[in-house]
Amino acid sequence: MRDLYQSQRAMRNMRQAAMQRGVVAILDVGSSKIACLVLRFDGPEQFGDSDGVGSMAGQSSFRVIGAATTRSRGVRFGEVDAMAETERAIRTAVQAAQKMANVRVDHVIACLSGGRPRSYGLDGQVDVMGQTVSEGDIGRVLAECEVPDIGEGREVLHAQPINFALDHRSGLADPRGQIGSKLTTDMHLMTVEDSVIENLLYCIKRCDLELAGIASSAYAAGISSLVEDEQELGAACIDMGGGSTGISIFMRKHMIYSDCVRMGGDHVTSDISMGLQVAPAMAERIKTFYGGVLATGMDDREMIEVGADTGDWERDRRTVSRAELIGIMRPRVEEILEEVRVRLDAAGFEHLPSQQIVLTGGGSQIPGLDGLASKILGQQVRLGRPLRVQGLPQAATGSAFSAAVGLSLFAAHPQDEWWDFDIPAEKYPARSFKRAVRWFRENW
Amino acid sequence: MRSLKATRPPQPKRDPAPSRWGYRYQRLMLTPGFRRMLRVGVPVLVIGGLIAGWGAREANRQMVADAYADMKSQIQQRDEFMVKVMAVDGADDTLAADIRTVLPIEFPLSSFDLDLEDMRQTVAALPAVADARLRVRPGGILQVNVTQRVPVAMFRAPTGLKLIDADGVLIQNIIARADRSDLPLITGDGAREALAEGLEIYRVAGPLAPRMRGVVRMGERRWDVILDSGQRVLLPNTDPVPAFERVVAMNQAQDLLERDVAVVDMRHPARPTIRLNEQAVTNLREINAASE
Repeated sequence: MRDLYQSQRAMRNMRQAAMQRGVVAILDVGSSKIACLVLRFDGPEQFGDSDGVGSMAGQSSFRVIGAATTRSRGVRFGEVDAMAETERAIRTAVQAAQKMANVRVDHVIACLSGGRPRSYGLDGQVDVMGQTVSEGDIGRVLAECEVPDIGEGREVLHAQPINFALDHRSGLADPRGQIGSKLTTDMHLMTVEDSVIENLLYCIKRCDLELAGIASSAYAAGISSLVEDEQELGAACIDMGGGSTGISIFMRKHMIYSDCVRMGGDHVTSDISMGLQVAPAMAERIKTFYGGVLATGMDDREMIEVGADTGDWERDRRTVSRAELIGIMRPRVEEILEEVRVRLDAAGFEHLPSQQIVLTGGGSQIPGLDGLASKILGQQVRLGRPLRVQGLPQAATGSAFSAAVGLSLFAAHPQDEWWDFDIPAEKYPARSFKRAVRWFRENW
Repeated sequence: MRSLKATRPPQPKRDPAPSRWGYRYQRLMLTPGFRRMLRVGVPVLVIGGLIAGWGAREANRQMVADAYADMKSQIQQRDEFMVKVMAVDGADDTLAADIRTVLPIEFPLSSFDLDLEDMRQTVAALPAVADARLRVRPGGILQVNVTQRVPVAMFRAPTGLKLIDADGVLIQNIIARADRSDLPLITGDGAREALAEGLEIYRVAGPLAPRMRGVVRMGERRWDVILDSGQRVLLPNTDPVPAFERVVAMNQAQDLLERDVAVVDMRHPARPTIRLNEQAVTNLREINAASE
């Protein structure tokens, strides 16, 4: 755990350095597209602090000055599959964004959706050292949390304290300075496979960039697409990506659970490709232009030309009705949503006070998805689009960019993580000092 | 059946990704410092290098220097900058001639070549000049404005007669006393320092004035008045003017100086003393003896 602590701290310092410099890049490495935003931080907000809340809820301390998207290559299920291809795709996106921003970026904050994320709830308890809770007490209680066996080859991606309790009072956001004797904390720990992180790290390093932070894309999508009261009262964000569908549950403005279904829009495309016997590129085109999940009588009569380039006239002039297309797409979408339902049930989502579900990500743009989702996931379903941030081009305001936008919000206002608090000083120096004293006593 | 459409040549799709070096090059070009170096540093280096290479040859440098000097002289020799005459104001003819002698300028001359301050000091160094101002007037005239010293007395120095102004400055030599007989004559060591007093003595002379030949500073402390026929009036150290007024009064009352008196000694204010000529003494003795 100490290694992780150090490396995450180093990353946090690098983020600080990038903010100091004023320019940082956001990289969303997805299975279907790679998006890169270049943010410029202008320091604290200059206007609108008269009424306490700045414009855009205080999120306007940065500005998007460059944005670029490229088709992702070499990424499957949100994990790097072909290293060189991914590196090239990242280079394309970063170069285009740099060109638009007309500034060179050296620091990048990345997010990834794959790596089989797993959530753990941790708790720790300590006696408060002095009269009131100090920063050191918080560091101690976080260090006191009993870490479960996260398994071989896995790494902690997020470790966020989500609740503090002091004696019998629970639900404290910030117990510092409060009087009490027993401090308890709940911590949400999220782990992913370390090989996934390392591969991504290697790709980014090959592009001469420095990683200044890393986050889960489900988390980032939740930050940007859930509105504030949903985050407060409890909501789940379903980020329907190309290769995987991320789930993040928010409560009291903290992510309390995260999971991932390894199915997404690419699977729908491959179903169409197989079902209609067309090339994947054509299938993708048909899906985006004519796709849907609710068939009506009109759809039987709407014929779609399924072109091909074989030279066989009969084959190249095939048509299918839109109802047929919906018949191919719907089972797969249902499967994904049912899998999401299973994960939410496993997480105990039904016990939350509010059961809002927000669908976002590129896959959520299928017409009629909200109707289908409400049948499977429950009545409170809406489609989410990312928060509007300053300078974001119109082309990048769609729901496919919720992870990228959320990541830029995360860059501007990172949540406290375990490694932001100083590790308690008495941990090992005190012991070694005691050992030295004992050695002196015994030998002199 | 084969398609009747013209078959497209199998064109490999261009990779949209930039090459590694292309990517690095673009990042380098986006680095502000590097861009500034390209935009400013490289042109400066290139131009500087060209100039340095060209100027490395002695002939080229000489050419530049010549061209510069030529252009400079062309501008300076323009008609607008030429000075053609010198006008001297406030000086009499002799002084004007002197000024023209000490400023030997060959007109026409460019005003850039005139060192006015130096010339002003030269003119002001002339003894007869109290103050001088020089300027180049429009129209190419070198205007010399001179304030001349006014002679108030004639001073007889061991080397000859000189005119002297109120400040005791010697103005010019003069050949004969008769040239400026209107001015009083003053002489003796330290006479120039006590000039005001000497002139005051002259002023109170009144009817005696035509007879006065001059005043002499004796031993740098007191005055003697020399009258024609060699008579002397010795004045005291302090208050010489009232003493001389007394002499004048005595002369008016008793025709003192009409008599055969050699010296009137006023050095003791309470007791004016007279020294008679030898002949007079003899006569006096004879008269005294006859009366006894």
